Amino acid sequence: MALLTCRDLVLGYEGKKVVEELNFSVNAGDYLCIVGENGSGKTTLMKTILKLHAPISGRIETGEGLKQNEIGYLPQQTMVQKDFPASVNEIVLSGCLNRCGFRPFYNREEKQAAKKNMERLGITDLAGRCYRELSGGQQQRVLLARALCATGKLLLLDEPVAGLDPKAMADLYHLIENLNSFDGITVIMISHDIAAAVKYASHILHLSFKPLFFGRKSDYIHSETGKLFREVYGGER
Amino acid sequence: MGVIEWVSWVFNKLSDYFTKFQFVRYAMIVGILIALCSSLLGVTLVLKRFSYIGDGLSHVAFGAVAIATVCNLSNNMLIVIPITVISAILLLYTGSRRKIKGDASIAMISVASLSFGYLLMNVFPTSTNISADVCMTLFGSTSILTLTATEVWLCVGMSVLVIAVFVLFYHKIFAVTFDEGFATATGLRSSMYNLMIAVVIAIIIVLAMNLVGSLLISALVIFPALSAMRVFKSFKAVIICSAVLAVFCSALGMLISIVAGTPVGATIVVVDVAAFGVFSLVGLIKKN
Repeated sequence: MALLTCRDLVLGYEGKKVVEELNFSVNAGDYLCIVGENGSGKTTLMKTILKLHAPISGRIETGEGLKQNEIGYLPQQTMVQKDFPASVNEIVLSGCLNRCGFRPFYNREEKQAAKKNMERLGITDLAGRCYRELSGGQQQRVLLARALCATGKLLLLDEPVAGLDPKAMADLYHLIENLNSFDGITVIMISHDIAAAVKYASHILHLSFKPLFFGRKSDYIHSETGKLFREVYGGER
Repeated sequence: MGVIEWVSWVFNKLSDYFTKFQFVRYAMIVGILIALCSSLLGVTLVLKRFSYIGDGLSHVAFGAVAIATVCNLSNNMLIVIPITVISAILLLYTGSRRKIKGDASIAMISVASLSFGYLLMNVFPTSTNISADVCMTLFGSTSILTLTATEVWLCVGMSVLVIAVFVLFYHKIFAVTFDEGFATATGLRSSMYNLMIAVVIAIIIVLAMNLVGSLLISALVIFPALSAMRVFKSFKAVIICSAVLAVFCSALGMLISIVAGTPVGATIVVVDVAAFGVFSLVGLIKKN
């Protein structure tokens, strides 16, 4: 049984279709990259998986005991966050909120989990710093640590490297690769960076109103879609 | 008059007022509680880009007060609170789904209810001096000094409720304010918390109308939060600072208005503005 399965999924806003015929599944330990042009429905798909957005038709099934609130999510940054007065510690801890239920405060285990995840991402020394004063790469690590507090199984990343400098970008890719290969966390990532997608992912989903391709990376490289796309956007660097 | 004489004169005058007049004590209690409550929620509203909601809702409350006055209700809270709460829910809760964007809908509702209220008061006048009535509702010039014991208890009860809700849901309010998408995705019912914030802010606004009048309420909501955000860098520190600052400014403003005989609401707001100036300076110095 797969971790996540999409069946005949049709997505859109206010009755207007954005993507249709979505049929794919993600197994535990996979690293799936969703690529495609702007407006091809990548973020809509991610929001639907997170139940932030209802599909027009079709369904998403979760398997292997994955609960809906056990999906870690790294959203694109919003305007609100850019000048938000919050310490790194407060933000990472807020990832544990799904374990609290009606309990109003965090317990020791949750504080430990936040600490552990900050160590894992090398941001322990930033714990008391203000989020808005961090660099883009550091901010993404903070949000990634928060996402890890919410999940041990599945991470959804929406263009995690957007706006980062090349060094921070490489660091973040490396970090995500480690989470996938050493900790066994399943990763679904939206990316514009086709070269990195081909380099790190195990599977590729290429969207353009319909799924143009879904399958293993090795097959994608030799497929028509992959060849064409990589000619335009550059292949392995 | 030397400094020492002046200080003792001020002190005597204040202690005179406090011992002789119950309404001064009532006003102090209510003023401090209202400032505290509005500053707590203010941080969330400012960060969610809803600063103007206080203003919009207070105009709605003005319209509701006009309706209550015209109907000759003995306790106008019965009409004012429900109407304001419903408008708050419409403004906040429906959020991004609406066709009319947030700021436009707030502007729309606020001017509509302001003119509606003024029209009602003029068409069905209940007293001979309409402009004094209107002025009082808008700037809260004397209503804080005419509080009855029941109103004070109502205010104390509501404030305790607001503070309790805030403390119990502190972490959830933080999560919903910082990143609603993430909070919802990980199983937090954000829409419910938005609804709760909307209801609480509406209640605070109705209570605060007694203190500063409907035109000046947003000052109580946003100034302490903005001042605290100049200097402090964690959510908790901002909340605590904003609460302390709000209490301090409102107490100081009321004391000044007693001694100098100035309008209560306007004096509090001016003190808040001055505090904002000081905090901005401190923030600048800290940065360099």
